[in-house]
Amino acid sequence: MQAQTPSDSPACETVELQIRRQHGPTSRPYWQTFACPVRPGANVVSLLMDLREHCVTQDGTRVDPVAFEHNCMEEVCGACAMLINGSPRPACSALIAELEAPIRLEPLPKFPVVRDLMVDRAALFAHLKQVKAWIKLDGPWDVHERAPRVSPKEWQANYLYSRCMSCGCCMAACPQFGPQFGPEATFVGPAPLAQVRLMNAHPTGRYDKAERLHAIMADGGLSDCGNAQNCVRVCPKAIPLTTAIGELGRETTLQAFKDLFGPH
Amino acid sequence: MSGGQQGGQVIVIGGGLGGLWATLAIAAAGHRVTLFSLFEVMRSHSACAQGGINAVLDTKGQHDSVRQHIVDTIKGGSYLANQPPIQSMCEDAPGLIRTFERMGVTFSRTPEGLLDLRLFGGVKNKRTCFAGASTGQQLLYGVDQQVRRLETEGQVAKQEWWEFLSIVRDADGVCRGIVALDLRSLEVRAFRADAVVLATGGLGQIYAPKTTCSTNSTGAAASRVYQQGARFANAEFFQFHPTAMLGEDKTRLMTEAARGEGGRVWVPKDPADRREPTRIPEAERFYFLEEWYPSYGNTVPRDIASRAIWKVTRELGLGIGGGDRVYLDLTHLERGFVSTRLGAILSIYRKFAGQDPLTTPMEIFPAAHYAMGGLWVDYEKDPATGGMRRGSPRNHATSIPGLYACGECDYAYHGANRLGANSLLSASYSGRVAGEAVASYLSGLERGAEAAPAAVFDAEQGRQAEINQRLMRSDGDQNPFRLHRELGELMTTKVGVIRDNAGLDEAIAELQALEQRFERLDLAESSAWANQSLAHARQVLDMVRLAQVMAVSARARDECRGAHFKPAFDIKMPEDSFPGEPAFEAYRERWKANNAEWLKTTVADHGPDGPRIHFEPVDLGLLAPEQPRDYR
Repeated sequence: MQAQTPSDSPACETVELQIRRQHGPTSRPYWQTFACPVRPGANVVSLLMDLREHCVTQDGTRVDPVAFEHNCMEEVCGACAMLINGSPRPACSALIAELEAPIRLEPLPKFPVVRDLMVDRAALFAHLKQVKAWIKLDGPWDVHERAPRVSPKEWQANYLYSRCMSCGCCMAACPQFGPQFGPEATFVGPAPLAQVRLMNAHPTGRYDKAERLHAIMADGGLSDCGNAQNCVRVCPKAIPLTTAIGELGRETTLQAFKDLFGPH
Repeated sequence: MSGGQQGGQVIVIGGGLGGLWATLAIAAAGHRVTLFSLFEVMRSHSACAQGGINAVLDTKGQHDSVRQHIVDTIKGGSYLANQPPIQSMCEDAPGLIRTFERMGVTFSRTPEGLLDLRLFGGVKNKRTCFAGASTGQQLLYGVDQQVRRLETEGQVAKQEWWEFLSIVRDADGVCRGIVALDLRSLEVRAFRADAVVLATGGLGQIYAPKTTCSTNSTGAAASRVYQQGARFANAEFFQFHPTAMLGEDKTRLMTEAARGEGGRVWVPKDPADRREPTRIPEAERFYFLEEWYPSYGNTVPRDIASRAIWKVTRELGLGIGGGDRVYLDLTHLERGFVSTRLGAILSIYRKFAGQDPLTTPMEIFPAAHYAMGGLWVDYEKDPATGGMRRGSPRNHATSIPGLYACGECDYAYHGANRLGANSLLSASYSGRVAGEAVASYLSGLERGAEAAPAAVFDAEQGRQAEINQRLMRSDGDQNPFRLHRELGELMTTKVGVIRDNAGLDEAIAELQALEQRFERLDLAESSAWANQSLAHARQVLDMVRLAQVMAVSARARDECRGAHFKPAFDIKMPEDSFPGEPAFEAYRERWKANNAEWLKTTVADHGPDGPRIHFEPVDLGLLAPEQPRDYR
């Protein structure tokens, strides 16, 4: 019993992969080129998986397998986002047949590189904490009462935002987000802002609306958005991020008035 | 901790639905949790569940009842699951849904703003709550957000990018902590804990690439504690989902909800028919599920549907173009309705197959999906209710004191076959129950982990570090990724939808041979930083050992039950004969006689010569096996 490796298969087309590699967080990046056999329906993750078995560059040098992240392989877990031919996107749904060759792979920008195509997205999760992206529950037990009703129309609008998988593509594409602005002042980013929009729409999440709005009215908040609209263009889930940001703009203005003139 | 009511230190391994629910329940009882995950929490395989979660809300005018949910689950699993846990799970399901709703989960709505319900397989009533076709993702995010809040409050600490390697047991055999591997620095470190919860999910990667499971669903963690003495139950029961996309890297799931919402499965009557499917007239299509099972039609349970597709393609030679594929057709349904209810799978199919299921029938085939079997876990029956006793420290306890298991890595609720939309339910419910059980266990614990001698932690940490060093020095010729592929091929062929003892004997021998090849490993890299080959090699070896448990358990069971199908031992239900008729009643007697011999739980213990199998009786207190499963 011997399973066939992709390179064993006859008449297999190959594609050139140019990969930006980096051994560790502080190492110097470098490029390597691979000629990869392409099977029908192949995507960037499946190519990288095949490469692990026989990691030899185009000029015949055996090198360490490329480090990368992957899990669901169906664009729902958010793990495999990287820069593919210059665009941030999940690698599993990047079909080879639809990409221009040679294919250039780089780690997702704006986040620290761990190794090769793996990055550390801790900033994204820190920002979700900063904007309090949760509904405050008394506890995870049953209170024998359901949450208030939600109209189908409201549901439809909310569901768009609840599919955000924190892949980080929008943050990678955003000119305002990133370490170049310093760790303190860094812009909270599109994905966490959209979660503020979502949580503030929930019938009881609304109770903490002012608190979340204040979190994005501070330094690094909404006003740092430069309206480049890159985020909405790269979001693999077509989440209307700029619509959320627009709605939050109005909400924060109202909140500012409330803060000045009335109880909140 | 020292026997107090609060302030214990618990380790939860796994950040999917089960692990996060356990974390919430343990934190709610006042204990601190350290949550271990292979990657950023929120990327677990729970996110891939699509169709929904079952709970009796009875809002569709069908007089649905909790009793019916219990009966459907018991019969769906061919009576193999203990009934008290099923009863408690079904009773608590509506409360879980209410809690998810309060967390902000975006469940799909009726025109009145209530939770909508859809039909799923193996049932007659609409009982499945859903959020479009991304229900697992939405539920996972709901609990993930709650855990993130606890993290800011200091009650939960996350250890992301750490892989569980083993538990640490003291001289009395009690679990006092774990040893884990930092997937970046490769540091091997021991962690003390008063209790440990394993919520490490399924093992579909044992069948890779013909599986719907994520690449991290390896079963390695469960295999590791099995090798350390935890019992593993019903390993031969593994579900093949009937409707997965074709694919060389992965066979992506197309939810059962597609059929629940009206999708139809068919093949051309003439396998040589090369016309576009939409051009084939109704009269020339074979809707085999509807024809063979007129009562349940396309929503028969998964084991039945997968075998029907197998029969059509492999026995009757009627697969599309003579191959391993049949149509799953949504094109006759109203497009707006399909887009709202099933948008997420339409998007997956469009992206990966390049075709639109609204205009072209999808091509699908069964694929490895879900482990009904898993770590053996205990429960305490409440004689007053017939269900599990609430808060008992025995609930979801493995056979190792201080070690609990929940979610897909346990074996508790699904017997021989899981009903669709019962997995999100069992993952959530069992996580919460395991968490509550841990809280009870801690309140009865006289001495916490701090009392355990350092030597036991040092010894286990040293043993694990030594395994890594040996692997890093390997200079053989066996590539771990290739070994994984061979494992998947072997299991798909010989421990798959249809089984026979000769094939299983071969599988057992080949798995032993595969295990021996790890002696000649070639890791292909020696990097001391974020070395993914090292972690993968260890996983694959533990997968091979778990695969042996599956094959040996399958060999030991000479009957057909749910997902475990050995044609040589099939007691065929007579065609065109129904209850009350002589032929059916004679069949019923044969079926009962078979139950008398085989209606029992398979339990595997790790031994030096491989798995040792024994059997345990099943608690059938609620519904005696009088009615054979009949979905015709």
